[in-house]
Amino acid sequence: MIELKNVSKWFGDFQVLKDCTTSVAKAEVVVVCGPSGSGKSTLIKCVNGLEPFQEGRITVDGVSVGDKGTNLPKLRSRIGMVFQNFELFPHITVVENIKLAQLKVLNREDQEAGIKALQLLERVGLADQAEKYPAQLSGGQQQRVAIGRALAMDPIAMLFDEPTSALDPEMINEVLDVMVELASEGMTMMVVTHEMGFARRVANCIIFMDAGRIEEDCTKDEFFGSERGQRAQIFLSKILHH
Amino acid sequence: MLGGFDFKVIFDNIGFLVEGMQTTFLLTIVAILGGLVLGTLLALARLSPFKPLSFVAGTYVNFFRSMPLILVIFWFYFLVPHVVGHPVGGFQSVLVAFILFEAAYYCEIMRAGIQSVRKGQVYAGQALGLTYAQNMRYIVLPQAFRNMVPILLTQAIILFQDTSLVYVVGVKDFLVSADLIANRENRILEMFTVAALVYLVFCLMGSFIIRRLQRKYAT
Repeated sequence: MIELKNVSKWFGDFQVLKDCTTSVAKAEVVVVCGPSGSGKSTLIKCVNGLEPFQEGRITVDGVSVGDKGTNLPKLRSRIGMVFQNFELFPHITVVENIKLAQLKVLNREDQEAGIKALQLLERVGLADQAEKYPAQLSGGQQQRVAIGRALAMDPIAMLFDEPTSALDPEMINEVLDVMVELASEGMTMMVVTHEMGFARRVANCIIFMDAGRIEEDCTKDEFFGSERGQRAQIFLSKILHH
Repeated sequence: MLGGFDFKVIFDNIGFLVEGMQTTFLLTIVAILGGLVLGTLLALARLSPFKPLSFVAGTYVNFFRSMPLILVIFWFYFLVPHVVGHPVGGFQSVLVAFILFEAAYYCEIMRAGIQSVRKGQVYAGQALGLTYAQNMRYIVLPQAFRNMVPILLTQAIILFQDTSLVYVVGVKDFLVSADLIANRENRILEMFTVAALVYLVFCLMGSFIIRRLQRKYAT
């Protein structure tokens, strides 16, 4: 479904991604972890072309992301994305947040989009918040709405860029629960996160990044077993002790 | 000393003054709307990755911001009839002058407004499949506009005062009407005192609204 081949990216002179190769199969959940500044977020933003890359090739469902001729808006509309800071649109209500792209990108009828929005809010447990503005919701609620907004486009895959990093601890689980449910339904997911509990529970594969390089790309059992590399081990021992 | 003041002259000529105030308001409102639309387009051009477009918009802004408003008013008074090929009223020519002049200032306000919208919001719109134009129209500009409401209104108050410069080409706005009455009735002090108070009241009202909005939008 998602293929990355020898992807490299530079910010000026600084190389943020170094020859990254990996793939995500249909219905697979891949967790991307690693220390901050290792290029995880940049990597995932390259997948739907939010960040350009200079070398290599990324294809999503057979469509090449980096090609000049690719209709990026159309490709992006088929890939859901959830951000660290939720990024709900603050000037419109929750239900309008979920309707907007359905109306403008998929050209759905207003009624159809509204029904879909309410179904999704129901699903993430926020049907009663439909008419509120994002600022009136807690962080966890906002992130659940953001997941609903992405799902409204009926995506073929979902990208999560540190979806729980900006949340207070007591709100992390309500967001992870929604993600676990998604994974169990067979959604293809690429998740940048430090939540190793989540990784253990639902991930098929784990990618460990360090300094722009993919250092480990293995199954969950291999990763949490003893075969992982030294750097991944140091990283894990740091985050698992707390 | 104030005993000689006779404010009856105001009430005798109230219709004439109101007419002048209507012209002032019409000029202010049309110049704001026209300037805002043109200014927003200029801001988009200025932020465009297409360098020639951004250069043209930047030159426009720098040019008009380097000109005294009164010169622009004069200049268009003579230029507009020349361009359209027949004489036009003073009102039309000052309208064009104000819109073009204000657009340069609104451009800079909207540019700051657009840049005040977080990059993450742009990403979110893009990730949903919105095109550049849709992202601007539905996500960025509404937020940019909201963030800039207090500054836009401040600019509107300045414009409201600046419209009095149409005096130089004889457009009958509020101040010119007051001046005409003052001279005709020989009540110069009374008329200018009243004119000053009227400008003061409207501008204070505007400032009050801005303070309320600033409190509302302050986050």
